[in-house]
Amino acid sequence: MAAHVLPFEKPIVELMARIREMREITRLTSQGRSFDTELKRLEEKMARLAREIFSDLTAWQKVQLSRHPNRPHTLDYIETLFTDFQELHGDRRFGDDAAIVGGLARFDGASIVVVGHQKGRGTKANVKRNFGMAHPEGYRKAERLYAMADKFGLPIITFIDTSGAYPGIGAEERGQSEAIGSCLAAMARARVPIVATIIGEGGSGGALALALANCVNVLEFGTYSVISPEGCASILWKENGVAADAAQHLKMTAPDLLRLKVVDSVIDEPVGGAHHDRKAAADLVGAAIRKAMAKLAGLSGEALVEQRYKRFRALGVVKE
Amino acid sequence: MSSQWASPKVTADASKKKSVGKGVFRKCDKCGATMPAEVFEANFEVCPECDQHHKLSAKRWRELLLDEGKLERWDEALVPCDPLEFTDGKRYTDRVAAAQKATGASEAIETGCGAINGEPVAYGAFLFAFMGGSMGSVVGEKIARLFERATEKRLPVVLLQSSGGARMQEGILSLMQMAKTVAALEKLRAAGIPFFSIMLHPTTGGVAASIAFLGDINIAEPGALIGFAGPRVIETTLRQKLPEGFQRSEFLMTHGMVDQIVSRLELRERLTVLLRHLSRR
Ligand SMILES: [Zn+2]
Repeated sequence: MAAHVLPFEKPIVELMARIREMREITRLTSQGRSFDTELKRLEEKMARLAREIFSDLTAWQKVQLSRHPNRPHTLDYIETLFTDFQELHGDRRFGDDAAIVGGLARFDGASIVVVGHQKGRGTKANVKRNFGMAHPEGYRKAERLYAMADKFGLPIITFIDTSGAYPGIGAEERGQSEAIGSCLAAMARARVPIVATIIGEGGSGGALALALANCVNVLEFGTYSVISPEGCASILWKENGVAADAAQHLKMTAPDLLRLKVVDSVIDEPVGGAHHDRKAAADLVGAAIRKAMAKLAGLSGEALVEQRYKRFRALGVVKE
Repeated sequence: MSSQWASPKVTADASKKKSVGKGVFRKCDKCGATMPAEVFEANFEVCPECDQHHKLSAKRWRELLLDEGKLERWDEALVPCDPLEFTDGKRYTDRVAAAQKATGASEAIETGCGAINGEPVAYGAFLFAFMGGSMGSVVGEKIARLFERATEKRLPVVLLQSSGGARMQEGILSLMQMAKTVAALEKLRAAGIPFFSIMLHPTTGGVAASIAFLGDINIAEPGALIGFAGPRVIETTLRQKLPEGFQRSEFLMTHGMVDQIVSRLELRERLTVLLRHLSRR
């Protein structure tokens, strides 16, 4: 886990390592009592330090956290939150895109359809997952799973974590635009509850294709943007060095998204970020999904479609 | 507010060289043939020599497609705000003001109703000259209302698209317009009313990846650049040159993404036949 440490996380990660070390010594020597006070003091110090550092992060630092290689990904959440997960592969057209995973699972005992972007951990896994950047096959798999959910009356739970849809020759040949557009349409018409959670990066149309939901939540250090800060900087400023500025201007962090009503709520992350305690992060995400599902539980299929329509219909600012 | 924009003398997409007058000559972008400007003008900016389709102004599109060139406009009073207080050296509000001044239009799309050879339609046309035809809150709102009104009045929708994609200066809110417009189009679809998606040069990004390919009939202009990612982005990602004709209309036809490639000069007649096929009368 310590292999990837962002510069601003360093003091926290170092303290965490010392705490872990002391716990280990305590366990091995059964000299617990003598360390108790010191451990407690260190833990308090770490929590204080983390709060301090993380309360004052820049947009760019949050972008880096949202992309943190140790962050929990979709399959981590599926493993912790669901039971009886059955992954379903393929788009029935061309292939199976590992950058998007999906299938059937149980949440609190009830069957649901789950779809999420999947990034890899490590080079080999990332090549397989194409860094979470889906081809048309990924979106067509998602689309057919949405249709299945609609057919069998199963709620849809999605996890968003992608820098964007893949920009490549094959992707264009096989209709990346059409695949994303059709995915959006399938979500718009599904007569079942849809709850989306932005767990990391929410990059552009490739993210939106999993996010046309009745309720959209974002993790504290998740981001959601029309374009990456790097892409925005290179187009508007014609250079690459100002991505940090672009991140600030794009208003892509969780508090901004909440203020713009693009998300319904922000899910707090464990001390130091979701990657420091995946289990705790999953529990927090699970609680938020549970709450959203409870709110939508009484609505008919038509009412769900209408609620979703009104939700997105209201987004945007115009003068008349 | 609407009166200042409602003026029909908009020549939004006209390129600078299009100052028509006696003795003004124009050169085709593709074959280089030089002809009096009024020859291009009369041929709706299609080169008589090589069929190259040059940009056509919103006004000329109306004259080309709609009976008597008449469009009863909808929602002309809608103007953009600056929800992100966005600046990239120049303030977004200044960019909007400059685009309004240069084009005489209120935003990057005009919508309304008219008729094509007597067939009533709801009509929309992007103005590429207005900030690259980018889709922000106003464009999204006007398209949503276009679909909603068309559903209510049971009018087929003909939408001419020409857009670089989402408007970056409105950030995440412009991404949300993709969801909004597709959801509104779903209402039209559920009512069994046809949508004719006409893709002009260029149709990329957030407009391509939302409603553009969801037409009951997808029509592309010859030689138009149409795709999800811009060629520059793909070249940078792959670090390789793209094949000749990549993402052009003919490429899309080969890959099964559009129903027809139709010359601008035949579009009105073609739409008439298609409209009558799908109008359930
Ligand atoms: Zn020519």
